[in-house]
Amino acid sequence: MKRAFHAALAACILAPSAQAESVAPGDVSYDEAGAVAASLTGQPGNAEEGAKVFSTKSVGNCVSCHEVTALADVPFQGNVGPSLDGVADRWTEHEIRGIVADAKKTYDGTVMPSFYKVSGFIRPGKAYTGKAIPAEEITPLLSAQQIEDVVAFLVTLKDE
Amino acid sequence: LANADADEDTLTINGEIEIVTRTAAPDHVDGLSEVISGWHFRADETQALEMDDFDNPGMLGVEAAMEVWETAEGSEGKACADCHESVEETMKGVRAVYPKYNEAAGEVQTLEMVINDCRTERMGAEAWNYTGADITNMVALISSVSRGMPVNVAIDGPAAEMWEQGKELYYTRTGQLELSCANCHEDNYGNMIRADHLSQGQINGFPTYRLKNAKLNSVHARFKGCVRDTRAETYAPGSPEFVALELYVASRGNGLSVEGPSVRN
Ligand code: HEC
Ligand code: HEC
Ligand code: HEC
Repeated sequence: MKRAFHAALAACILAPSAQAESVAPGDVSYDEAGAVAASLTGQPGNAEEGAKVFSTKSVGNCVSCHEVTALADVPFQGNVGPSLDGVADRWTEHEIRGIVADAKKTYDGTVMPSFYKVSGFIRPGKAYTGKAIPAEEITPLLSAQQIEDVVAFLVTLKDE
Repeated sequence: LANADADEDTLTINGEIEIVTRTAAPDHVDGLSEVISGWHFRADETQALEMDDFDNPGMLGVEAAMEVWETAEGSEGKACADCHESVEETMKGVRAVYPKYNEAAGEVQTLEMVINDCRTERMGAEAWNYTGADITNMVALISSVSRGMPVNVAIDGPAAEMWEQGKELYYTRTGQLELSCANCHEDNYGNMIRADHLSQGQINGFPTYRLKNAKLNSVHARFKGCVRDTRAETYAPGSPEFVALELYVASRGNGLSVEGPSVRN
C-alpha cells in the first residue's frame, strides 16, 4: 500500500501534470451521439501542436484523408474524408472531441480510424511491422494530450 | 489534386496487344459496377512505360526467366522447356485462369505453387522463395504470353469454398486502423490517400514492376504490404489465407485483360 502510494506520487512528479489526470481510453464517456464533453487531460489543448499532430505522417497523419486550407503548405492532402475547412461551424467542441477520439461512435462504420481506443481489433500489429502485438501492449494511436491538441486546432477552423 | 478519377486513356502494348482496362464488373462483385485496371490511376509517364516492351523495365525479368526456362536444374537434369517446350505455346492462356483448383493436388493453387511443385516434384530442384526474384520473373514470363487475354478464374465447384473465404478476408477490417481491402479499393478508389491515388487493387497486371522499389513485385508481396499498412499482423506469402484472397481478388478482375508484367509506381 505504502509502496504503491510512493509509486503513484513519483509518477505525478515525473510526468507532466496534465498527463497524470488523463482519462484512459476505456473510460472515456461518449454521449448517445458520440460526443465527449470533458477534456481527456482535464485541460485545454494547444492548437499549434495540434496542427503538427494533424499534418505529421508519423503522428496523426490526418492529412492523408483530409484537406485543410489553413495548412496549405502541407503537401499531399488526401480526400478520402471531407475537407475540414469550417469544421467548427458544423460541430461543437464536444462533438469534434468524440469524432477524433473514436469516430465510429459518431459515424457507424466510418473508414476513419479510432484514435483513442486500445481494444476490439482484428489481428492488431506492432505499428507497421506486420508482426503481431499482444493485446495488453496496444497503446492508442494518439495520446490524450495529442487528441486535445488536435481538438484545439480543429475548433479554430471556422468559415463564418 | 482532389478528385482524380480513373483516366480515359486506352492501353495497347507494342502497338498490337489491345488490353481491356475497363469493363463491366462480373455479377459476383457486389460493390462495383465497372472494373478498372490499376493502369488508369497512374501518371501518364508511368502509363507510357507499359506501352512498349523496350520501355517496360519488367521485361528484363521476363528475359531472365526465358533463360531459366531453357536451363536444366535439379537431380533430374531437366529444364522447364524439356516438358513444356515453347512457353509461348504451352503457357498461353495459363495466367488467365489462375489461381485454379488442381485435381491431383486437391487444392486451389497459384502459379507460384505449381511452378514450385514442378521444381520439387519433377525436377528434383529446390523450391524458390515464394516472393523472390526467380519465381516472380518466371510468373512474369508466363503472364507475358497471355497478355490481352481475359482474366477468367473459376469460382464455382471445388474452388467455391476458398473463394468465399477470400471474400470474407477482403471485407474484414484488420489492424489498429481497422481497414479492409474494400475500404480502400472499393469504397475509395479514385480518391487520394495522402500522395497515393487509390486504384481498385486489381491483380490483372501482376507481377508489377514498381518504380518505387525498382523490381517486379508479386501478388502476395503486395497483399502483405497493404495488410501491414492497416497496422495489422499480416499473413505469410503462400499461406492458405493469401491464396484464398488471391483467388477472390483475381475473380474481381474477370473480364479485364492479363496485363503483367505491368508498370506501377
Ligand atoms: C482513413 C481516412 C481518415 C483518416 C486517417 C482520418 N479521417 Fe477524419 N474522417 C474520415 C471520413 C471518411 C470522415 C467522414 C465520416 C464518414 O462519413 O464516414 C471523417 C470525418 C472527420 C471529421 C468530421 C468532418 C466534418 O466536416 O463533418 C473530423 C473533425 C475528422 N474526421 C477529423 C480527423 C482527424 C483529426 C484525424 C487525424 C487525427 C482524422 N480525421 C483522420 C476519414 C479519415
Ligand atoms: C519433368 C516434367 C516437368 C518439368 C521439368 C516442369 N514441369 Fe511444369 N508441369 C509438368 C506437368 C506434368 C504439369 C501438369 C500438372 C497437372 O496438370 O497437374 C505441369 C504444370 C505446370 C504448370 C501449370 C500449367 C497449367 O496449364 O495449369 C505451370 C505454370 C508449369 N508447369 C511451369 C513449369 C516451370 C516454370 C518449370 C520450370 C521451372 C516446369 N514447369 C518444369 C511437368 C514438368
Ligand atoms: C489503407 C489503404 C489500403 C488498404 C486497406 C489496402 N490497400 Fe491495397 N493499395 C493501397 C494503395 C495506396 C495502393 C497503391 C495505389 C493503388 O494502386 O491503389 C495499393 C495497391 C494495391 C494493389 C496493386 C494494384 C496495381 O494495379 O498494381 C493491390 C493488388 C492491392 N492494393 C490489394 C489490396 C488488398 C487485397 C487489400 C486487403 C488485404 C488491400 N489492398 C488493402 C492502399 C490500401
